[in-house]
Amino acid sequence: MTDISYPQYLDLAAGLFLLTAVGVLWRHQLAPMIRLLGIQGVALAAIVAILGIHQHSLELILVAVGLAVLRAGVLPLLAWRALGEAPAQARETRPVINTAASLLAAAALTLLAYAVTRPLVALAPSPATAVLPVAVAVVLIGFFTLVTRRRALSQVVGFLLLDNGITAIAFLATSGLPLIVELGVSFDLLLVVLVLQVLTGRLRTTFGSTDLDELQELHDQ
Amino acid sequence: MTIGGLLATAGQVLLVMAGAPVLVGLMRQVRARLEGRAGAGIAQPWRDLRKLLRRQPTTPTGTGWAFRLAPLLLIGTSLVLAAVVPLLTTASPLDPVADLFAVVGILALGTVTLALAALDTGTAFGGMGASREMTILALVEPTILVAVFSLSARVGSTNLAAIVTATLHDPLRVASPASLLAAAALLVVVVAETGRLPVDNPATHLELTMIHEAMILEYAGTDLALIEWASAMRLTVLLGLLASLFLPWGIAGTSLTALPLALLAFVVKVTLLAVGLGTVEVFIAKLRLFRVPELLAGSFVLALLAVASSFFLA
Repeated sequence: MTDISYPQYLDLAAGLFLLTAVGVLWRHQLAPMIRLLGIQGVALAAIVAILGIHQHSLELILVAVGLAVLRAGVLPLLAWRALGEAPAQARETRPVINTAASLLAAAALTLLAYAVTRPLVALAPSPATAVLPVAVAVVLIGFFTLVTRRRALSQVVGFLLLDNGITAIAFLATSGLPLIVELGVSFDLLLVVLVLQVLTGRLRTTFGSTDLDELQELHDQ
Repeated sequence: MTIGGLLATAGQVLLVMAGAPVLVGLMRQVRARLEGRAGAGIAQPWRDLRKLLRRQPTTPTGTGWAFRLAPLLLIGTSLVLAAVVPLLTTASPLDPVADLFAVVGILALGTVTLALAALDTGTAFGGMGASREMTILALVEPTILVAVFSLSARVGSTNLAAIVTATLHDPLRVASPASLLAAAALLVVVVAETGRLPVDNPATHLELTMIHEAMILEYAGTDLALIEWASAMRLTVLLGLLASLFLPWGIAGTSLTALPLALLAFVVKVTLLAVGLGTVEVFIAKLRLFRVPELLAGSFVLALLAVASSFFLA
């Protein structure tokens, strides 16, 4: 990979990264959302791999492979399995605010991310930090998804979006974490998703749905 | 002004006039074949046009100038678009008019005239179609402007020919995120603006969800032929504009010798786009009308992200 094309590959991967985040907000069904999450995992791994190849760092490339397995393979698979148990009517997300408004909110959040990260990018201008706003935008969109969705599973998707964004920021801003930190974070993430999967199952057996609005009152049972 | 540019522009207009009905026929034929029907052949829209052009137009009682003027204005704006948009050449003598804002304005002028004509008939269908068309236009127009703005920001000009020339000189631009996002946004917008699936179904007349067809229900004879022809030309020009902006290879400059190649490239590109669109249409259903704003909001976000990335990633 020559140095001229390196920013372009990075931009393309970042574009895909952001696009899948917006796509998650766009879709109503849970199944395409999980598929998009898998694609986003691939994009994240691609960003890290491109950084690794550019810096000739074997460690980063290994981390990229690990990320690809975890974010594009294991986590979507777990979410998929939780979805498989859901009844057909629970496969829609039922957002708190409608899709058109949340898409416009995503646009606003992206612009906010660009505005906020400008001083950060100015600290050390390079092709990697130039992509930083995209990662911040994904964090904000993930947070937005987390706040505005009712189903437990779509909140898991929002949480994973958020974490994908945070990982991307870590690699873009610092050119790589120590491997041990990255491993720890990944295991935490895996555990969180497993716990949430169990929680979703419990929610369904108790209330018959995974609608988190049901959790507003305390019951004496 | 050069003789080559003049010839190319004339050729462009003639080609769009003659080719637009064939293109619509091709899309119908692709769809028919994929659905297992024999299809009417790609020349069927031309046969329909010939039949309609021989018939006398009738106007409903009580309609005024808006109803009579609309077909003429619609075909006029379509012809101007066919001459202005850089389809075969970037050296058109109408180059100063080929400004992005002028093109979008001309496009909207045609749509608004037709909506006014539909209101003029005073029927329930006309009013409904007009109101729906205006809703879609209001959502489509900002998206077109923002999407092409992301392309013009790097060139520093809103002139379409300048944008196409710049892309020709630097082909790698097409693979940038800004360009890809803008292409996706514009594709959705073209589908919405020309009234195709999943926004509107061009094949039905008796559906409460129709948009374009509801507006032209009262037209007959020559007037109807003009409107159908103009719609086909708008579709061709918009597909051609997409091809010119994102796949500009083969477009001729001032030289006469490059013209046959440009002609061939244009026909191939637009045919491929049309066949692709026709194929995709087989697999998707029409969106509920209230879902359409979601689709268009999505394409607006894509366009906005395109602008943002053209500023920050470049």
